[in-house]
Formats: sequence, structure tokens, C-alpha cells
Amino acid sequence: MTDQLSRVFAALADPTRRDMVARLTEADHTVGDLAAPYDVSLQAVSKHLKVLEDAGLVSRTRDAQRRPVHLEAEVFDLMTKWIERYRRRAEERFSRLDAVLAAMQDDDSPTGTTTIPQEGTAP
Amino acid sequence: MTTTQSSHQSSSQGSTTDATTRYPEAAIEADPRVPAIHIWRDFEATPAQLFRAHTDPELFARWVGPADIGADITHWEARDGGSWRYTVNGGDGREDFSTSFHGCFHTVREDRIVQTFTWDGMPDGVALETLTFEDLGDGRTRLHALSLCDSFEDRDAWLSSGMETGVNDGYAALDRMIADGSV
Repeated sequence: MTDQLSRVFAALADPTRRDMVARLTEADHTVGDLAAPYDVSLQAVSKHLKVLEDAGLVSRTRDAQRRPVHLEAEVFDLMTKWIERYRRRAEERFSRLDAVLAAMQDDDSPTGTTTIPQEGTAP
Repeated sequence: MTTTQSSHQSSSQGSTTDATTRYPEAAIEADPRVPAIHIWRDFEATPAQLFRAHTDPELFARWVGPADIGADITHWEARDGGSWRYTVNGGDGREDFSTSFHGCFHTVREDRIVQTFTWDGMPDGVALETLTFEDLGDGRTRLHALSLCDSFEDRDAWLSSGMETGVNDGYAALDRMIADGSV
């Protein structure tokens, strides 16, 4: 189980693969469809698909020539929920850190009295 | 299995992926080979400022804890061989929660902090954290945080842990129960 978790986490770490998975949440796509928005070769897209397939995130159905790529939603939902929640918590911290750093630049004193913007107001 | 970028990064001690990658928001990766979590994030600041925000306890307390209450730093000695302890407080107006963390600073250097990290709720678990501050040369600095856990089980427990969000989700569920009359 841990091995599969790790494979899923690794597969979703890549921005192109995350984007492909996001598009597959809407509908099945052929490899050609999937490759269209990216400035990469069909071969590179196939490689990404192989990683997603090995992780159990997607499957290729036997539909004659088209062989559309299908998202295994159950696996995807669980893993992305975990990792995205963890990432979001990290990002919340870092947004607060952005605000602290911005205040340091305005008033370069480490314990200055500059008011720190509340969370959510950072860019 | 296909080698992912994380393997390269972890073996090269967190040096940057490539010049074109940008992390305006936190990117996270669970390493498939070792029980580690990588996080990358770019900041509009110098490495020295980022270092200060991680080592000055007053600055650190302003951002590490939840926005409403923040962190209470009970011990802080940011030097090689020093140690630290803080309590993160939070709440949503109905019930407060409080959870503590502690560890030792192994290396405290302008471009690098190495420390141990233990959550008091799991006192036997200890992660080794390596933070690097990489000057991107245009006024920005990249933070790479590598947390090496002592087992895959612990690593995946960290990744799946709810803590603050879990508490909030719990209240959201309670709200629904109250609204539909189950409580």
C-alpha cells in the first residue's frame, strides 16, 4: 500500500501530469487530445501517461483505435485530497511568511512594530 | 518505475530543479525512494531575510502558527547544537486547540538550517529537516524544505494528517448536523 501511495504522490508531483489528471477529471481523452495543449512530443506525453498508469491513477480502455485514457477517480480522490490538504497548509504558512518578509523590507528591523497583514491579504 | 525529479533533487541535497521552474505557490512531493517530503516555494526576499524569518523567534512566531492566534515559542536557541520548542494554537471561536512541536538545531547557517522535528503527539517519531535558501539572483529566494521521516508509515501519516483542517472539517460536519436537526 505504501509503495502505491508513494507512486501516486510521485506521479502527481509533476505539473504536466497534474494538469493531465485535472483534464481527465472532466472526461476521458485520447492521447492525442491530451497532448494537444502542451508544447511537447506525443512520446513525452505517452511517458507521462505510463507514470500515471503505473501509479494506478489512469487506465486505457480497449476501445478499438482510440484507447481513451480514463481516470481511476477513487485512487485519485484519496491521494489528491491528502497531498493537496498538506500542500494547502504549507501554502497558508508561506503566505503569512510573504507578509512577514514584505514588512521586513518596508521596515528592515527584525522586531519592528510594522503591522503584519492578516492571512489572505498577501499577494 | 520511472525516476521522478524528486530522486535527483534529494540526491543532490535539494539543489534547484531547473532555471525555468517557478514556485509562486508551494509545490510538494512525496519522494518515492525514501520516506521524505519535499516542499519548494519562491519568496520575494533575499536569502538573509528568509533566514532571519526562520531564526528570529518573534518573526518566526508571526507566520508558523495559524493566522488567528499564532505560535507560542517556549524555547528558542537558533545555533548549532541549540534546541527549540513551540506550541501552535488555533480555534474558530467555539473551541481552541493546541499542539506542540520540539527539536534540535543541528546546523544554523545563512543558506541552510538542519534540525530535528518531533510532534509531541507522536513523541517517538522524529524527522530530520533540511531547509535551504537558494538565491535566485533577481531579488527572489527559493526555499526547499526536505523532511526525512523515519519510516514510510510516519511519512504517509504526516501527509494524511488533518490537524487544523481536520478540526475545521469536524465543525463543518457538526454545522450540517445542527442544520438538518441531527443534533
